[in-house]
Amino acid sequence: MRPAKSSSRNHYWRHNIILIVGLLCAWWLVTFVPAYFAIELSQYFIFGWPFSFWMAAFGGPLFFLLIVGFYAWWMARQDQRARRVIQEDV
Amino acid sequence: MSQDSTSQQSFNAQLFRGYAVYAVGFCLLVLLLALLEIMGLERHWIGYAFLLVTVALYAGIGIMCRTSDPVEYYVAGRRVPAVYNGMATAADWMSVASFIGVAGTLYLTGYNGLAYILGWTGGYVLVALFLAPYLRKFGRYTIPDFLGARFGGSWPRLLGVFCAVFCSFTYLVAQIYGVGLIITRMTGIAFELGIFIALGGVLVCSFLGGMRAVTWTQVGQYIILLIAYLVPVIWLAVKQTGEPVPQVAASSVLQQVTERERELTHDPNELSVRALWKDRSEMMQVRVSGLPETYETEQQNLRLRLLRARANDAPMSEVRLLERELAAYPKSVEDARMAWSKARDDYAVRAAAPQPHAEPFASRTSESSDAVRNNFLAIVLCLMMGTAGLPHILMRSFTTPSVDAARKSVFWSLLFILLLYLMAPALAILVKFEIYSDLVGTRFADLPSWVHAWSALDRSLLNILDLNKDGIVQLAEIQVGTDVVVLAGPEIGGLPYVISGLVAAGALAAALSTADGLLLTLSSALSHDTLFRVMSPKMGPGQRVLLSKILLLIVAFAAAWAATSTPADILFLVGAAFSFAASTFFPVLVLGIFWKGANKWGACCGMVAGLCVTFVYMIQAQPWLRHWVLGISTSEPINLWWHIQPIAAGVFGAPAAFVVIVVVSLLTRQRNLATDALVDDLRRPD
Repeated sequence: MRPAKSSSRNHYWRHNIILIVGLLCAWWLVTFVPAYFAIELSQYFIFGWPFSFWMAAFGGPLFFLLIVGFYAWWMARQDQRARRVIQEDV
Repeated sequence: MSQDSTSQQSFNAQLFRGYAVYAVGFCLLVLLLALLEIMGLERHWIGYAFLLVTVALYAGIGIMCRTSDPVEYYVAGRRVPAVYNGMATAADWMSVASFIGVAGTLYLTGYNGLAYILGWTGGYVLVALFLAPYLRKFGRYTIPDFLGARFGGSWPRLLGVFCAVFCSFTYLVAQIYGVGLIITRMTGIAFELGIFIALGGVLVCSFLGGMRAVTWTQVGQYIILLIAYLVPVIWLAVKQTGEPVPQVAASSVLQQVTERERELTHDPNELSVRALWKDRSEMMQVRVSGLPETYETEQQNLRLRLLRARANDAPMSEVRLLERELAAYPKSVEDARMAWSKARDDYAVRAAAPQPHAEPFASRTSESSDAVRNNFLAIVLCLMMGTAGLPHILMRSFTTPSVDAARKSVFWSLLFILLLYLMAPALAILVKFEIYSDLVGTRFADLPSWVHAWSALDRSLLNILDLNKDGIVQLAEIQVGTDVVVLAGPEIGGLPYVISGLVAAGALAAALSTADGLLLTLSSALSHDTLFRVMSPKMGPGQRVLLSKILLLIVAFAAAWAATSTPADILFLVGAAFSFAASTFFPVLVLGIFWKGANKWGACCGMVAGLCVTFVYMIQAQPWLRHWVLGISTSEPINLWWHIQPIAAGVFGAPAAFVVIVVVSLLTRQRNLATDALVDDLRRPD
């Protein structure tokens, strides 16, 4: 019983780490890539705003909100699943 | 379980009802004051009404929530629902600098100011992914508590206390200073008195009810600061374009602003004013390079001019001006060098053409544009890590009922912060349009009354000077301080005075809520982590809370004293707090959770290294700090690493701390089963 429990726990943690790394990459892409190429991206427009301005003022922050919201929602599901697995084990 | 959830539901419903009544009541108050204004109530009474009613509301919530139970006092009983915890965190987070400063900075620097929006919101991603859930899982009272338990021994805990005090105290002084400033402008009472009134408002809350009272007050403060930010922005947007969504309105206004900027860049009158500023700047350079001889000759010249003016019966204003100039003449050659170099740089800035608002990293050469970009990226990264390291924000993850709620609470915090931050770029553009279209080009004889009111308050806030004596305002003749954009925004846009009072009440709420959170962080770090955990662990729960309350009073008065003795550069101090948090708490907390190998010595050395690198960089890159510590004149050129400003010193400190923690931990490697068990427990699902 014990190894099964600890392997499901490892699975939970590994899953969490992969998710964190993925979301961190998204965070990095959204923040630093448009800011680094801001001058080049300024000639494109979105909703009437220059793209790099819009990205730093509205797009980036809203994307951060999405990342945080997705992580909370996904991990709540994972927590529930893990709780069920542990209960079944017991 | 089901009984628990029904009681939680009725608690939530009760909370919702309470705050709905509160919000509607506040709106009614604003309407009532608006009515009274139409009927002819004097302006300063509106200010008094806002000040008294809001401070009384906060104090009332504080008194209702008084407690002496440690779990209630330190972590609000761990039953704050995620949504309300999000609101409280948002209020805790939005300081007077966020409320007033962000839109002002965006007004002055355009795209480059967006570094603050990106940095301060992106930091919450780091909080959500790396810290909040694990800190909640750990589930004790403070951040130094975590360091003490994770790394073992008193040293990590005491270093944590030191860093928490270091970060939070400078921040607290800035908040109290801001409160004093706002109350003075709102009502006209003396600065010192304003500070002590505000201190009363803060203390009633945090002293009586600790985290519990502070949390529920912060929710109330958030509601007020949200109303106070949204009403003027939406009003301005509707007034200028008929469009109620400020971002949509601002996108159309931005095109007009950009066009106007292009016009003003080539306008002959503007060019003549800029040429005059350039002459002044060059004159200052001549004076600086002629030192020490010019010190005597300039003083002689000034005296002669004054004598001549008196002899020729020159207008009184001119004589007064010369007298004031002579009285303020630098006291020594060294002072003169500093003052004149500063004047030279200021004039050079005013001689420059307006920067296009939405253009990133606007600069003359591509090299200096690269430098601006590097600096932008460095500030963003530093603010993000700093946000994720500030103890008074991290502490808020202890107050939620579960790990899941802690994650959701970060989402709600960011949402509530964004409700304001997404408005700031729009507000800056709307105010800029108002200034470009209404103020530039008017005659000096017809200046609107708010110009006189604000420039009389403080020259650094608003300064309009007819430099080329043509009697018409040119853009290059206007100097706007950061605070004016939000505080005077309603007046600039021609809205009724009640909206200005509302904005001031919002700024007050922002400052008080942050001050409350900081005070609690400071007092619990000192009482719980230092006196209770390290010095006398046998203390009972009642004694601990009492001790914490006494320390809270001492810290509050120390901060008020520091704020009245006017610190050097308040904005820099606030920025520095982020750098210190980024280079001390962030690395040690992240590695403590994600790497079992991080140990006590690694953590201690890492925190010290982060602090030292940040501090050393600041000393050598910030002129007044360098003058203060090393005695080198502020006019000496400074040596920046990769053009990165001292405000973002954390980008050097944080990597240094990470590296030192890893290297020292590997060198002093030892397996500790208790630590492994603790970390395993943190990683286990709730």
